[in-house]
Amino acid sequence: MKATRKLPKPTQSTSSHCNNFKDGAVVKLEAETIVSPNDAHSLDGNCNSAETVKVSPPKPVQTKGCFVFKPSANKRRKTPTVEDYFTHGCEDTENSKLRFRNCQTLWEKMKADTELLQDELNRKILDSLLAFIRKSVSTFQRGTDDWASRMRAHEIPTAALVLGVNVPDHDMTFQCLSDQLQQSVTPFVVSVQATECAALNHMLQRVLERLMGTSVSVDNEEEPEQRSTNVNQKRVHCSLITLCNWYKTVTKVCSYCKEHPPIVVIFKDLEAFNPKVLQDFILICSRYVEQLPLMFVFGIATSPSTIQHMLPHSVSSLLGIELFQSLSCTQHLASVIDKVILTSQFPFKLNGKVLQVLVSIFLYHDFSVRNFINGLQLALLEHFHSQPLSVLCCKEAAALVHATELSHRDVERLQQLPSFMRYVEEQGPQEQVELLTSDDHVKEVCQKLLKDLCKYHKNYYPTLRCLHILTASLPKYPLGKQIRELHISCLEKNVWENDEYVSAMQLLRMMAKDELTSALQKCAEILKSVKTKKMRATLLEMKTSRRTKKMSQFEILRDQALEFIDSLVRSHLAPPESQPLYEVCYYSSSAVLRRHLNATPRTSIQTALSNPYHYLKNEDLRAEDGTVSNAAPDICIVYKLHLECGRLINLYDWLEAYATVVSAAEGKDPDSADFGKVDELKHARFIQAVSELEFLGFIKSTKQKTDHVSRLTWGGC
Amino acid sequence: MAAQLQHLGYEDEKLQRVMERLPCRDVQASMLLALMGEQCSYPSIFIYGHRATGKSHVIHTLLKELELPYATVSCVECVSVGLLFEQVLLSLFGSDSASLLSRSPSLSDFVRVYKQLCVQASAKQTRYIVLDRAELLRDMEANLLPAFLRLQELVEDNVTVILLSEIVWDKFRPNTGCFEPLLLHFPDYSKGELQQILSEDSHPSYSPELYSAFINILLGVFYSVCRDLRELRHLAALHFSKFVEPLEQGKESDTHKLWRNIEPHLKKAMQTVYLREVSSVQWEQQLQMEEKEAGVVRGLSAHAHVELPYYSKFLLIAAYLASYNPARTDKRFFLKHHGKIKKTNFLKKHEKTSNHLLGPKPFPLDRLLAIFYSVVDSRVAPTASVFCQISSLVTLQLLNQVGHDDQLDAPKYKCAVSLDFILTISRCVYPMLYCPLVTDWNHCQTPASAAL
Repeated sequence: MKATRKLPKPTQSTSSHCNNFKDGAVVKLEAETIVSPNDAHSLDGNCNSAETVKVSPPKPVQTKGCFVFKPSANKRRKTPTVEDYFTHGCEDTENSKLRFRNCQTLWEKMKADTELLQDELNRKILDSLLAFIRKSVSTFQRGTDDWASRMRAHEIPTAALVLGVNVPDHDMTFQCLSDQLQQSVTPFVVSVQATECAALNHMLQRVLERLMGTSVSVDNEEEPEQRSTNVNQKRVHCSLITLCNWYKTVTKVCSYCKEHPPIVVIFKDLEAFNPKVLQDFILICSRYVEQLPLMFVFGIATSPSTIQHMLPHSVSSLLGIELFQSLSCTQHLASVIDKVILTSQFPFKLNGKVLQVLVSIFLYHDFSVRNFINGLQLALLEHFHSQPLSVLCCKEAAALVHATELSHRDVERLQQLPSFMRYVEEQGPQEQVELLTSDDHVKEVCQKLLKDLCKYHKNYYPTLRCLHILTASLPKYPLGKQIRELHISCLEKNVWENDEYVSAMQLLRMMAKDELTSALQKCAEILKSVKTKKMRATLLEMKTSRRTKKMSQFEILRDQALEFIDSLVRSHLAPPESQPLYEVCYYSSSAVLRRHLNATPRTSIQTALSNPYHYLKNEDLRAEDGTVSNAAPDICIVYKLHLECGRLINLYDWLEAYATVVSAAEGKDPDSADFGKVDELKHARFIQAVSELEFLGFIKSTKQKTDHVSRLTWGGC
Repeated sequence: MAAQLQHLGYEDEKLQRVMERLPCRDVQASMLLALMGEQCSYPSIFIYGHRATGKSHVIHTLLKELELPYATVSCVECVSVGLLFEQVLLSLFGSDSASLLSRSPSLSDFVRVYKQLCVQASAKQTRYIVLDRAELLRDMEANLLPAFLRLQELVEDNVTVILLSEIVWDKFRPNTGCFEPLLLHFPDYSKGELQQILSEDSHPSYSPELYSAFINILLGVFYSVCRDLRELRHLAALHFSKFVEPLEQGKESDTHKLWRNIEPHLKKAMQTVYLREVSSVQWEQQLQMEEKEAGVVRGLSAHAHVELPYYSKFLLIAAYLASYNPARTDKRFFLKHHGKIKKTNFLKKHEKTSNHLLGPKPFPLDRLLAIFYSVVDSRVAPTASVFCQISSLVTLQLLNQVGHDDQLDAPKYKCAVSLDFILTISRCVYPMLYCPLVTDWNHCQTPASAAL
């Protein structure tokens, strides 16, 4: 089993996705037993490692890992483009190019939209932060004129930026912040991370290097070499005195620096810093506060009180801390969902289960909006990759054109769609025959159905918003507090059949008059903005009902209005499964997504060890539940035997048991003398299998008893 | 005072000026002046006293105003000994001197270079080396502190080393013994002295008398809790604008009425600002806000709530339970059919002291996960993300990884959050119905923890 050593290969370990762990295991097991490269190739298609590769063109590094075992390596000299990866292994290659283009344009639009949205969300907090920094600059410049600022001249202005627990998501915000600072306030911005500042001298070195290194290239060219060598020489003694001198020369030389731009130090992840190092750094900086206009930005993931936990009063009194709280990540997610998912703008949709998977990963595991968007991208790619009919998943006009250009094979696929079959069954017999025989007729109907689908989407979202506005203020939120919950329940089944819907409608009838009218007013605004033909007629009705409501016949009008809402819901909020051709737009394989995004490395390893057939697909290995065939790889046998032991395992007993099993596999006579005898070969195989188990983290050597190992997992007996 | 000092050979004018700048430190200053001499002086002086008692200020003013050759170094800044030597040489002998030192100089290098430079520029005056925060010298190389104490002998020059620290000399004395420096204590300022010093930085647009009256009021409120000059100065700067507000509006000039105006304000400030929870700027903003709506001032500690993913909350709760419950009791708390345990012998004697007083105990990863699976209400797959969350809780400092020889196979952790924090979290996770259950666990840990 040499392949185990291949596990930490750079190609596989570089990818951040945990799923690769599993894939690594798969490839490893293949490599062990299968000699013929052709077999390996065919197996590749069976296990999902190939799929992971195909659907993730943004990470080309990941892809190499799987092609390492491919026989046709000589043809892969030219580096394949993203498109090649996409088309390779596609269900249907003829229109895959088209699908790829569709997918790309759609994704670019979505990406641009989300980025715009995130910029907007960040803008508010960044603006206030910039204003704070500018203000501190001006107080530094005014110097001793102002009594109040003179009194707090010894404080280093500090912004505590609370950004939520998902630290990787902060990178973008900090990038944005430092860009904006460099553009409009000061060229001297440094950001430091905890990992690079293990000790005080490292921290000083980082700050100095980044400050002095960058600006050498920016301003005067007279002595850049000298200065850079200077930095290198002084590396041992990098101190703030050096920085002070440098700052003086820089501000003297360059013209725009006359007004003393501040030096902003951004601590990206405050919690991870060593408190001692941070304290010392602040103490040192405060000694130079009169010569250097220093300023700090603390990136805080948990809560502002961490500052107090990390810094004693003697240090925190040197800082003038101001607090900036960013939008909570759940609100952030809500606005992303609102912009990208709850809109008819994008033809690509997620079905209820898929959306549920993405949202639950967010809420239960990481609170990361970035991961949510990545998951969305994965779903998009998967959809376009696995569904040949996704050629039709684009803007309405283009989709109609594509519909006329469908090939015969595609038409067949179309006819096999469950939703289309359901549609056919509802038609008259004459029509049915035509739909099943004539390609052209199918194409025509397809265009009509596509139009219907578009219309369905256009009506669905405004109605959903209306219903949400009405129910969001009800006590106990019968239909969910967030619009996404309502959306998911609408996607799953007819929402009006839910008990919750019925009770919500009853509650609405009991609502106070002013609350109800204000909610209805908001609904009317939403409907107005949509301007669908059908809506417009009903809108008038709504308005009149609202106007007259203030009179005594409030109850009658209220019932009318609610009935109207109910009818809207019944006509427009039917689940997408009821619409013909919904498969074109809706991505529904939640299991695939879950497997990719929320990997279970431990379960995979355990499956591989306890049921090798699951991955190897070798008929000899097929076994009944809970048993392992004698012919299984050594490690599987050893694993199975170790499950029967307690916390401590006697190695010799283990070896004997192993030898018995292996002898049986060799077909030896159980009564013969050397049955179950340990020879050198078996011994070596056993030792190797045990060390592999140790490598995988199931056992470790123990000091309690010399000839024993201890188990690190529980259960199994 | 100046008359007594005349014989020291400094100009009267200079002495006068120095003494004016050192209010309430006459005794210490004259003592130092008496110690400092032209021809020969004591090798080392150790000055100690609390924070903000004027140690550095007195020394620096004396040395600067009397134009004596001196080098002042803060030991915090000296990440390496080389940096310390370099700074001393730079400020005593000018910019070229440091280049004589090798890349990572030892103490003998320093002494050699010092001697060399000393011969070139022999001094008429005593040289002074001031080492601020000298307690950090103890953590550097062992020979450094004793060597600095008798540097005069080593370099054969007229040099005095002055050590400044907040710690008493007894804590410095090395085991091997060393040269005993002269000890000089800077006592805390009395209330009257504080009043005098604080009154000096008066606002330019108001009369010194008014400011002095304000300081009087301020000390009346805060003196009982805070005697730190720096903190008081900060408080004065913070509240003066509020104090003079009625004057600005032209309504009031009577000090007594001003006092009544400011007093409730200062009382409120006593809760938060002493901790510097909000910055002075934000405090002022909040004051303006309060005019419109009467809200409580929210400091940093008011924002203690942390938003966490759902399973992270459970992991944290599980970690807390694992840290504060004895492992023996797990079976009883987390297993449905644990069998009967006699209440009387359930807890051993040493376990009866509150676990909260003893602090968190380390626990292995396995135990954390076992408790996690029994605490969380639904079935959770052991996915990679659950393990990721544990490590991100560690980086957020909510859990601590305990140093252990077996970091890979059996890592150990400690819970680093307080009971209050856990209670807040469990209130989010469990609906109100189950809330008593959680607190019940905490009470179950030890009978004594209920007293907390």
